Amino acid sequence: MTTRIERHHYDVVVIGAGGAGLRAAIEARLAGKRTAIISKSLFGKAHTVMAEGGAAAAMGNVNSRDSWQVHFRDTMRGGKFLNNFRMAELHAKESPQRIWELETYGALFDRTKDGKISQRNFGGHEYPRLAHVGDRTGLELIRTLQQKIVSLQQEDKREYGVHDARIKVFAETTITELMLEDGPDGPRVAGAFGYYRESGEFVLFEAPAVVLATGGVGKSYKVTSNSWEYTGDGHALALRAGATLINMEFLQFHPTGMVWPPSVKGILVTESVRGDGGVLRNTDGKRFMFDYVPDVFRKQYAETEEEADRWYTDPDNNRRPPELLPRDEVARAINSEVKAGRGTESGGVLLDIASRLPAEEIRRRLPSMYHQFKELADVDITKQPMEVGPTCHYVMGGVEVDPDTAAAAGRISGLFAAGEVSGGMHGSNRLGGNSLSDLLVFGKRAGEHAAAYVGGLDRRPKVSADEVEEAVDQALAPLSRDTGENPYTLQQDLQAVMGDLVGIIRREGELADSLVRLAELRERVAKVSAAGGRRYNPGWHLALDLRNMLVVSECTAKAALERTESRGGHTREDHPTMAPTWRTVNLVCSLDGDTVKLEHQPLPKMRPELIKLFDRAELAKYLTDEELAEFDALAQDALAEEADN
Amino acid sequence: MGTKRHFRVWRGDETGGDLQDYQVEVNEGEVVLDVIHRLQATEAPDLACRWNCKAGKCGSCSMEINGMPKLGCMTRMSTFEENETISVSPLRTFPVIRDLVTDVSFNYQKSLETPAFSPPEDLAPGEYRMQQVDVERSQEFRKCIECFLCQNTCHVVRDHEDNKTAFSGPRVFIRAAELDMHPLDTRTDRKQYAQAQQGLGYCNITKCCTEVCPEHIKITDNAIIPMKERVVDRRYDPLVWLGSKIFRRGQNGAAASGPALGESGLDQPAATTAGLPADGDHSAAADAERGVNWHRQVPRPQAAAVDEKGHLPISELAFDKPAAPSPFGEDVTFPLPDKSLNYHHPDQDR
Repeated sequence: MTTRIERHHYDVVVIGAGGAGLRAAIEARLAGKRTAIISKSLFGKAHTVMAEGGAAAAMGNVNSRDSWQVHFRDTMRGGKFLNNFRMAELHAKESPQRIWELETYGALFDRTKDGKISQRNFGGHEYPRLAHVGDRTGLELIRTLQQKIVSLQQEDKREYGVHDARIKVFAETTITELMLEDGPDGPRVAGAFGYYRESGEFVLFEAPAVVLATGGVGKSYKVTSNSWEYTGDGHALALRAGATLINMEFLQFHPTGMVWPPSVKGILVTESVRGDGGVLRNTDGKRFMFDYVPDVFRKQYAETEEEADRWYTDPDNNRRPPELLPRDEVARAINSEVKAGRGTESGGVLLDIASRLPAEEIRRRLPSMYHQFKELADVDITKQPMEVGPTCHYVMGGVEVDPDTAAAAGRISGLFAAGEVSGGMHGSNRLGGNSLSDLLVFGKRAGEHAAAYVGGLDRRPKVSADEVEEAVDQALAPLSRDTGENPYTLQQDLQAVMGDLVGIIRREGELADSLVRLAELRERVAKVSAAGGRRYNPGWHLALDLRNMLVVSECTAKAALERTESRGGHTREDHPTMAPTWRTVNLVCSLDGDTVKLEHQPLPKMRPELIKLFDRAELAKYLTDEELAEFDALAQDALAEEADN
Repeated sequence: MGTKRHFRVWRGDETGGDLQDYQVEVNEGEVVLDVIHRLQATEAPDLACRWNCKAGKCGSCSMEINGMPKLGCMTRMSTFEENETISVSPLRTFPVIRDLVTDVSFNYQKSLETPAFSPPEDLAPGEYRMQQVDVERSQEFRKCIECFLCQNTCHVVRDHEDNKTAFSGPRVFIRAAELDMHPLDTRTDRKQYAQAQQGLGYCNITKCCTEVCPEHIKITDNAIIPMKERVVDRRYDPLVWLGSKIFRRGQNGAAASGPALGESGLDQPAATTAGLPADGDHSAAADAERGVNWHRQVPRPQAAAVDEKGHLPISELAFDKPAAPSPFGEDVTFPLPDKSLNYHHPDQDR
């Protein structure tokens, strides 16, 4: 077997070609750095294309009362105040600019009557805020960024004679290890090692800065809307490089995934179906969401069907329908209805838009939903309700980063992370639409600061030959063993453990059990064997991904066992309420040898001018007594100051 | 609850391969991609196949199922007879890498060569104003998921490998049309460019691309034909050409400075021609003018071969010959003697 290794030199290597990765790469290239984009799939196929609803940005095009402060408030509220406040603040402030920028790249969003970008309502957002293109906003975003990269390559072609002079896409390439150099103040990134999926040949990128933009971890779950790529690669690479992960216990289960037919189980039905008037009913025909409005939200949501229905046309004078509660609430409600025996045979409830809007209107507003159901399930959503249930959708947790620079926390330098792979921005639960804008805001920041970091280096870290050799051995191991298990079996077993024991509703006993089973799986994964050769061998690729999925699953299970409360994307049946003391704590995972270490870390404290954006009554539901006392003192200072003036 | 079904899947690489037989379990409500996954998980763990979203949104799992170019994730098993054998093979137009995976870099190369969006310089981010009805035309083409089924099915490249250098294909034509129809794109030569540099003229409107498009984009009617028609207007209409030479001659300078944003230039050929960017590779219109020799005998148009319903047989699969029918009539052979052609190759004078 050959171990020829192709070598490339770049300034910035971006791992992942979804929204965050592409945006980071554009920024690094605009800063004049030679940039490589590593894509596990073909260019433009990233999971971002699955995002349907839109990108949240307080542009105020539809309701001029919207502002970054309101967006910030909604984001913190959605994340149950566990968000990194600085990230939420930057996100709310910068997302309009990032969306407008896309138009200069050629994006075509849907328009308002006066020709501005149209914005739609979405769960958890106080005003219509989501820039959208029908229900294929993610595709528009990817295509726009992809085409911007092409346009940069055309510029380079004019200037240097070749398209790839300063930015190049390595399609169907997987990174298996980051290369590090030990320095006096901790390890530094020196490069990244991986293989071309197509040929199985190895490739080494020597680069002083790496941006992780690898997305999430959903493939560790049985029912998921995520594609095969979502194996937690970035999470695992960061851990192994000495970085830390936070909030790994928080996974978002999208409330409305398709539950029938079985082949498409998990695929999302966008929240805009509900934003546009769709309602949830159980098999008794009851619109059950009214029974599940939690106290913290009581004030903002309608109590009768009549009021809820009026809201679609007159949102200023009516409260919103409870179908638009944050995702975790809806997911839990559906789960409870199904458990109580009021669900369908396939374990879902009915989402009805057919009886609410004329067929023509449904087709116009939700074209790809209509299309998807017609083609995949032979269901006509203009005539019959959809069968939906919760599906694993998004991981809030991820690489702990500095909010302003997107640099990974800890001693490691030269490592950046943006998008789903980073943690903190969304707290314990992400609002719909905040993901696409998160990609853009922090993708840009990561690219910008990675470029600046490279610019500030006096010499490039070196890749050590030993490390490369080790990475080669590690990658080839599954092919050289023929006694181990089939990787597909192992993945199914992992998915069963995570789905059954670390799923949407969690219990102490089950979580403890999951850790035992994950430990067993770890032994088996270490011995996995893959049949066939190196050329485009999906079995081998999966065998290599399993290691990542496993370590990330361990983080999730450990953190879920530790956090004895229910908050956002983490629901403990044995600790059903939110505990203010837990709000002040981030659970931080790191790797010690090859065991996952868990530590408590205090949450950064919100700046006074930000915390004052909230009502005391609202804060009282989340904060500890001491924090509230502090808030009161602040309020009094402000009053005194006002009196002085 | 599953039944065993007979599948024939192409296995091999660039050195060759063949269809291999598999008996595989199929359950109610499954699609072809599910069955491929089951094969990977059981009998053939190294069976190579691309896929991502499994919801018809990413366009990765393009393959030929019983000879038809389709997305594996969008082909329901219930569309086949219970005892039907299902053959799955890789896209034929592109070189095989392994099993169902082909090298689709042709498409990326062609996209790379398509001039990008050219933003208006006088508008800052946030100042763009467009009406919904105006963006909708381009939005149709932006639905494209880049599955490349249209590129695969287009007989211009499917049957003629050597056309690949000159012909960009339907995917790229809708990109050109999308930019042509973009309300704020500032380039005005998209059509000429498509004709002169991307081989739009090779397309003879058999509509196979539209037929296989999983997003139901009306590639031929809404993109290719509008791009062709207007280019033809300018290139071949002798009156327009004469008009541009005689009547508008004195006004060229004045017209060129006028606003040319998104204007079709149909009735103002001189203005549009003069308003073209001057840099070298955009001289399509000038080429077009040079290329017309009105002293030549133009071949008479002939009726295309139609079926008994009077329609063009649009799919090669339904047709009695390999590949699509010739719109020039089945009795015309190529190359035509070049003396009879009213065509001037753009590169010839260089």
